Amino acid sequence: MNNIVVMPMVIPLLMGVILIFLRPFVKAQRVLSMVAMIATVIATVYILNLIQSDGILRLDFGGWLPPYGILFVADSFSTLLVLTTAVVTAIILLYSFSSVGPRYENMFFYPFVLFLVAGVNGSFLTGDLFNLFVCFEVMLLASYVLITLGGRRVQLIESIKYVVINVLSSWFFLVGIAYLYGTIGTLNMAHLSVRIAEVGQGPLLTVIGIIFLLVFSLKSGLLLYFWLPGSYSAPPTAVAALFGALLTKVGIYAMFRTFTLLFYHEPHITHTLIGVMAAITMVGGSLGAIAYDDVRQIVSYNVVITVGFILVGLAVFNEVAIIGSIYYLIHDMVVKALLFLLAGTMIYLTGKSRLADMSGLIRNYPVLGWLFFITTLSLAGIPPLSGFIGKLYIGQGTVGAGAYVLLAIAFLSGMFVLYSLLRIFMNCFWGETIISEDDEPPLRNRLLLPCVLLGIATFVLGVGVEGISDYVRDAAYTLMNPEVYVDAVLNDEK
Amino acid sequence: MKINDVILQTVTKLVVFIILTFGVELFFSGHNDPGGGFIGGLVLSSALVLLFLVHDIETVEKGIPVDFKKVAAVGVLFVVGTGVGAVLFGASFLSQAFGHFELPVFGSTELATVVLFEAGVAMAVVGTVVTIMLSISEDV
Amino acid sequence: METLITILIGVLVTVAVYLLLSRSLIRVILGSAVLSHAVHLLLMVMGGLKKGSVPLLGEQAEAYTDALPQALILTAIVISFAVSAFLLVLAYRTYKETGLDDLHELRGFTDE
Repeated sequence: MNNIVVMPMVIPLLMGVILIFLRPFVKAQRVLSMVAMIATVIATVYILNLIQSDGILRLDFGGWLPPYGILFVADSFSTLLVLTTAVVTAIILLYSFSSVGPRYENMFFYPFVLFLVAGVNGSFLTGDLFNLFVCFEVMLLASYVLITLGGRRVQLIESIKYVVINVLSSWFFLVGIAYLYGTIGTLNMAHLSVRIAEVGQGPLLTVIGIIFLLVFSLKSGLLLYFWLPGSYSAPPTAVAALFGALLTKVGIYAMFRTFTLLFYHEPHITHTLIGVMAAITMVGGSLGAIAYDDVRQIVSYNVVITVGFILVGLAVFNEVAIIGSIYYLIHDMVVKALLFLLAGTMIYLTGKSRLADMSGLIRNYPVLGWLFFITTLSLAGIPPLSGFIGKLYIGQGTVGAGAYVLLAIAFLSGMFVLYSLLRIFMNCFWGETIISEDDEPPLRNRLLLPCVLLGIATFVLGVGVEGISDYVRDAAYTLMNPEVYVDAVLNDEK
Repeated sequence: MKINDVILQTVTKLVVFIILTFGVELFFSGHNDPGGGFIGGLVLSSALVLLFLVHDIETVEKGIPVDFKKVAAVGVLFVVGTGVGAVLFGASFLSQAFGHFELPVFGSTELATVVLFEAGVAMAVVGTVVTIMLSISEDV
Repeated sequence: METLITILIGVLVTVAVYLLLSRSLIRVILGSAVLSHAVHLLLMVMGGLKKGSVPLLGEQAEAYTDALPQALILTAIVISFAVSAFLLVLAYRTYKETGLDDLHELRGFTDE
């Protein structure tokens, strides 16, 4: 029993509810939401270190032992993601303080951000498949509200697509759960893992696995990403950054969890399928990223490319590649948040979103320009920034597995990322200045500070990669050896 | 919009109390039998929705001056609160406890913390349903 | 009985898919509601229909029905209730903003 495990979900949830009563007091809401995120960060760091000393932690809700009750399980993989979520959300909150404006802040903006975080953290930590569905829904409902908040026409229209797609994918999730319960008779993930290993992953279970693949690829935008660019470019910057940093990652996490813990017996079917889907995603995302000339669309397609890239690690399915994927996942949560914030800031400053309408911004806003350049380099995987190490490991793992086609596509997509972002950089930051120094809108430090913080974070993650390597190795070890997870959940020595 | 349907209003005056009583009955029977906070809450909110339908919104709000968004929030606070309460007593998150107490009028009675949890669920349901009804109907 | 319910689920899914594919927004929402009911039934059938007594304290029976699917269904109903309510309000707001409830006409409708 480790009640601390549930804290990353309960703290934001409880604070979110309290903030509803503080609707008129915007200042108090800002302070309290920040306090909640910092408390979450502290709790998560504590959990992470506890895992290193005591092994995987679990908490049985209401004292109901697994496999009967529902439970939270914290291993290094999930806790690392929770930590990144909390840090990134705190920084995005900092940005939203000075960007979203009272019109949103009065309409329960902060409570719903906190609910979103509660749902995301719950999804990372849960050890029960149905509970995963519930946490997904908490997260999605909060995201529905955030995407429509403000009620501009484009938001409303995009959110209809977004909501209906997610309703459909939740439906498939329930279908998968129903089939799995009908076949195996349990929904506890560790118990499922044991029973699937016992009966063998026959054709029926593989099909169920593919249903889950379909669900999670809809959520994460693997191959089925058609809804993503539209939805992510509609809401205000802070919300788009939250979505870009967090939402797809939850789908990716769920895919890693299910295809390393449950359906790992037939990798030549499921993991090959993931590989093919990842390859097509990267190609499609690359085409989208170079085809559009709207900054928001380009940035959204970059999210798509990354989803494909991270899942290459799962597709080749060896420990080195998984380590790479975890590094890249953490890196991407930080850098995508930064990229969305920068793109949003550019649009805020110029009032335009097309490449052709912006030019020479670096003269007006040098820091913004260089930050964008750093982001580009980091996403392209130039050392010493944080993207490098993940790319290296994924590349090494892919070579080890002999998947050269996947390797080629993965690294070519990296070129397209670089090209698409450099295109923004060249068009918008270089060239003739269009804004004279007299009437340039001031870039307030409060807007710039969160971007700088995230820029420092990507640098620190790249240089200080040794600091988290123990955690990442442990996470990859647990993912590749499901018996460790199963043993921690089902054996009751405590 | 003012409507003035005498029959509907008279019947509603009576029926609302029957529905409310039934909701409370369902809520309490949920302890050991079918029923519970969610169902009870739905029935309670159906009574409120009936009131909103028959009278106009202003009249009902004068009679029941409650912000239903806050009712829902209080409900969620109860639900999470009972979970966190268990943590404060050193038990697992969401643990429930019960005990038998000698009460002056009722005699030996079983009191359980799960009632608080269910009350939270009921309040959350009532708050949500009424908020949805009001937000759709407000500007028709 | 299981077969009968399974056929019913099939009918519900058919109806729902038909509704989802139509152009009217309100039909799409109704379709999503029907779809979720189909999956609730599916959950129930997958748990096995009425194999024993009610899973309540005080019932001295040899076998009890599995209560888990019912818990799952209740949770799923609550969630689909919330999502449907949200979708309805969303559709209503969209209609008020744009005057449209036809998905084809809403497509590419971006002017602010």
